[in-house]
Amino acid sequence: MNFLYAAYSATWIIHITYLVILVRRYHNLRSEIDELKKGEPAPGH
Amino acid sequence: MSKPPGAVAGVIQATLAKDLRLEWRSKDAINSMLFFSLLVVVVFSFSFDPNAEESRQIAGGLVWVAFLFAAVVALSQTWARELRNQVLDAYRVSPAPANSLFLAKALGNFIFVAILELLMTPLFIMFYKLRALGPAWQLIPIAALGTWAIVVNGTFFAAMSLRTRSREIMLPLLLFPVCIPALLAMVNATTAILTGELSAKFWIVLLTTYDVVFTIACLLLFELVLHAE
Amino acid sequence: MKRQAEGDECGHENCMKRAFPIFAVLTAVLLSYALYEALVAAPTEQTMGNVQRIFYYHVPSAWTAFLLFFINFVCSIQYLVRRDKVADSIANWVAIVLGVAACAAAVVIRPLPSGVEPSSVATTGLAITGLYFLVKRYFSGSRTDALALVTAEVGVVFCTVVLVTGPLWARPVWGIWWTWDVRLTSTLVLWLIYISYLMLRRFSASGQTPVLAAALAIFGALDVPLVYFSIWIFRTQHPQPVIGGGGSIDPRMLHVLLINWLAFLCFAALICWSRYRLEVLQREVEEIHAMKGLQDPRSSG
Repeated sequence: MNFLYAAYSATWIIHITYLVILVRRYHNLRSEIDELKKGEPAPGH
Repeated sequence: MSKPPGAVAGVIQATLAKDLRLEWRSKDAINSMLFFSLLVVVVFSFSFDPNAEESRQIAGGLVWVAFLFAAVVALSQTWARELRNQVLDAYRVSPAPANSLFLAKALGNFIFVAILELLMTPLFIMFYKLRALGPAWQLIPIAALGTWAIVVNGTFFAAMSLRTRSREIMLPLLLFPVCIPALLAMVNATTAILTGELSAKFWIVLLTTYDVVFTIACLLLFELVLHAE
Repeated sequence: MKRQAEGDECGHENCMKRAFPIFAVLTAVLLSYALYEALVAAPTEQTMGNVQRIFYYHVPSAWTAFLLFFINFVCSIQYLVRRDKVADSIANWVAIVLGVAACAAAVVIRPLPSGVEPSSVATTGLAITGLYFLVKRYFSGSRTDALALVTAEVGVVFCTVVLVTGPLWARPVWGIWWTWDVRLTSTLVLWLIYISYLMLRRFSASGQTPVLAAALAIFGALDVPLVYFSIWIFRTQHPQPVIGGGGSIDPRMLHVLLINWLAFLCFAALICWSRYRLEVLQREVEEIHAMKGLQDPRSSG
């Protein structure tokens, strides 16, 4: 039975780890975009 | 884009001759590869010290793993020199078809690795007291097909990993997974011959299939890889 | 023309943005339901007991991973043939022929190998053709490459799940953590190839990455069937334990299995969608950086 729970937990740990990595990358990207926007004057001229 | 066969063969011959001449003159790469192969054999022999019966069971795997490592070292060398002298850019602009270049490189690598194997084999036989119980002549086509399997993919992936960071580690990273079926076939075929228990025929057929499939794939895709930018 | 496309994109994207949370909630509900079915409602297996329930997570993850890798393969092919009209039409025809052949085989070939249903053969064939043209229609140009990366990454995640749950199932039931049987070995090789694929993408110079990665995916697609076939022949000569052996399945278990597969497919679609948007955003940012790097005073949108 322990193996059953271990397998199900492992599955979700792997998926959640990947999702956390994605979310972190998204936040890093967001802050990078904000920095870019700050550094630039009004675009398109 | 199709060239008369004579021209293609001419390019292959010229490139191959150039590579062999360069290697012979420099001798650096040959010497270091030879010594590396010797070291590999010695280290393996220290690590595994089986009796004659056991050694026939495991020698197939040991020998081919040792050849694989030696081949990887040899393969990294050959393209690195091209890159140093910007020969690669010259190849890209030249009208010579990319396939000829690839075949020439692969054949050159094949000769180098075959020489390494010819030198390592007697040492293995000596250290492991090997004696083939099956038809020993079959070991020659197995060695040839197996070496070509490693070399053809290795040349392709070496070219691929040229412009990558961590180039030296990229080659084995890319090569080993793709080589697994060939490795399986080589090891099982060699073990079958050494132990004399089974027929190596199926494995030889598998190796031939692998070689044909991947040689065609390499030839078709090499041009794209060479011009990728 | 670009403005108009942007306008269409914005409308399309807003619609997608609204759909995402709804889809996410639906998927969560489906996953919970599937979990309940797997752990509670499904009948207990006779010989293996409750541990057999790992099957409901192991197999759908495997099928999802294979589907994702197949999409990656389709993207790689399309990326490589996009410039060459002849190769492109050859690829189109191959995709069509495969679908037709699979349907024909399902109807004509009797008897099929054990465990293989005619309907699954036909569905697989049609799925191959359908996926090929769907990807072509909705992900063309540089988006092909982005989709390739996304499916490779998410595929590796699902494949990792397969390789972790497999041994966890094998150990209590068959007493061994691992065996070199057909399916496990092929899955391991597939996983290794795609890890090397991801490493190649990470380490190569940005201009060439799509082509090199596509070439590697083709090699992988040639390699894995060879592994499968060679071990299959070898093992029929030397039978060894087969994890999750074939044969028929109780219809109630099949029902739970399919529910879990649907749930994981939706979950995979969600992750791929998010990852895809992240990738597109990332490429835009990189483009901006690159343009800034050029310091071209004429640069505008």
